[in-house]
Amino acid sequence: MSLSLRLDINGEPRIVEIDDPRITLLDLLRERLALTGAKKGCDRGQCGACTVLVDGRRINSCLTLAVSLDGAEITTIEGLAGDGGVGGERLHPVQAAFIRHDGFQCGFCTPGQIMSAVGLLAEGHAGADPERVRELMSGNLCRCGAYRGITEAVLDAIAAEAGAAREDAA
Amino acid sequence: MNRFDYIRPASAAEAFAEAARPGSAYLAAGTNLLDLMKGGAARPDRLVDISRLPGLDRIETLADGGVRIGALVRNADLAYDAGIQRRFPAVSEALLSGASPQLRNAATLGGNLLQRTRCPYFYDVASACNRRTPGSGCDALHGENRLHAVLGWSEHCIATHPSDLCVPLVGLDAVVELEGPGGAREVQLEALHCLPGATPERETVLAPGELIVAVRLPPQGAGLAAHSRYLKVRERTSFAFAVVSAFAGLELDGGTIRTARVALGGVAARPWRARTAEAALEGAPASPDSFARAAEIALADAHPSGENGFKIALARRLIVRALKDALAGTPEAPAALPASPFAPHPGADHAA
Repeated sequence: MSLSLRLDINGEPRIVEIDDPRITLLDLLRERLALTGAKKGCDRGQCGACTVLVDGRRINSCLTLAVSLDGAEITTIEGLAGDGGVGGERLHPVQAAFIRHDGFQCGFCTPGQIMSAVGLLAEGHAGADPERVRELMSGNLCRCGAYRGITEAVLDAIAAEAGAAREDAA
Repeated sequence: MNRFDYIRPASAAEAFAEAARPGSAYLAAGTNLLDLMKGGAARPDRLVDISRLPGLDRIETLADGGVRIGALVRNADLAYDAGIQRRFPAVSEALLSGASPQLRNAATLGGNLLQRTRCPYFYDVASACNRRTPGSGCDALHGENRLHAVLGWSEHCIATHPSDLCVPLVGLDAVVELEGPGGAREVQLEALHCLPGATPERETVLAPGELIVAVRLPPQGAGLAAHSRYLKVRERTSFAFAVVSAFAGLELDGGTIRTARVALGGVAARPWRARTAEAALEGAPASPDSFARAAEIALADAHPSGENGFKIALARRLIVRALKDALAGTPEAPAALPASPFAPHPGADHAA
């Protein structure tokens, strides 16, 4: 059985042929499209290392069948940086905040943490409250325990976004 | 994961026909089903993807003041819906206390109701499990069972239903709308899940091919909006299933309880409505004594199914706490740690 999917991946329209309906979005990205930023940690929706945006919302790509996403817009960590699409030079503000606050150690969970944080910012429920940031980042585990830096980075990115919004208004 | 056929039906009628064939399973987000399939605990021959069926993703206010929630409404969309937060705040709090933001963005209402137990022996295909493989036995009965059922269990199965959302829903008299090959019908949520008895493999009253299309909340539940709370004890702060959870909703007449709604989660194979406790509360003074008596009554029929006697005491205390919180009034702003009994002061208690 061959299935043809239309996907927009990091701003680029793609037609992807798959021969097996068992392929998850995570496996499609990593094994077929050479986008290895999203990581396979637990592969069961518990660790968040595979987090990507589908139609702007953060989800676990390991628990999503690729075949069910025909027509969707996918954003992965590779598509975040500006200036020239994938591999662009200008970091996304959340990426820059993670570097500024040392929001990682080994880096394995980092693409998932950053994509989750980008989703969190878009959802807009955390405010400037570290308790809410921690709660709303609870779907992303960090075995190195870099949570303090991660929380600071997310708070910083939220504050930067709010500051930019104020400047726009002024 | 086993091989399966993937079917995307163009209409509801086609979906019902495909799903009624033996070996079929409905697929919405798949957050629970794919997890089960990866471990081999579920091995469907055919997935019928209903995620694009039209008309199932709306939240509508009904003429009678009730609300009708389509089965494909995502947990996050339901939890942050302004009308739900205002009129059924415990529904929002329960949803936000469950899973993770990523899962809530995907998981659907229908899938939440039909999610399977998280009993580890059900998941582990090397273990005996009457629910997964009828007649094979129950390894939980003499295994690690401190999180298992204390109400409504049988020697054939001691698993619990893991949903948070279902707990306030069952307390608010939710009605489940079904459609299938045999037409449309509705059942009370309280009657959707079966207690295990001698047939734990029969988890719900759904017929083959029958689909949950919506859940209705009657308008009376909104009368509890000012005095309701959902509380959930977990083994870590967030992203964990309930050890025990409790929903309490009150309507007051001065210092007297006019209407009471009490339900428990994590204690049985269905979301557990504590009707005898409600009857004891209605007409009684809204006092700690009344709450303690109701909690005793709610757990009167409870028995440990293993090393889980502590859950009975925990459930009593959580009922009292939820009733006290409900009496004090629904929190103005959603709690930073939804449903947490350990965060009495919502907001920034800790520095980053």
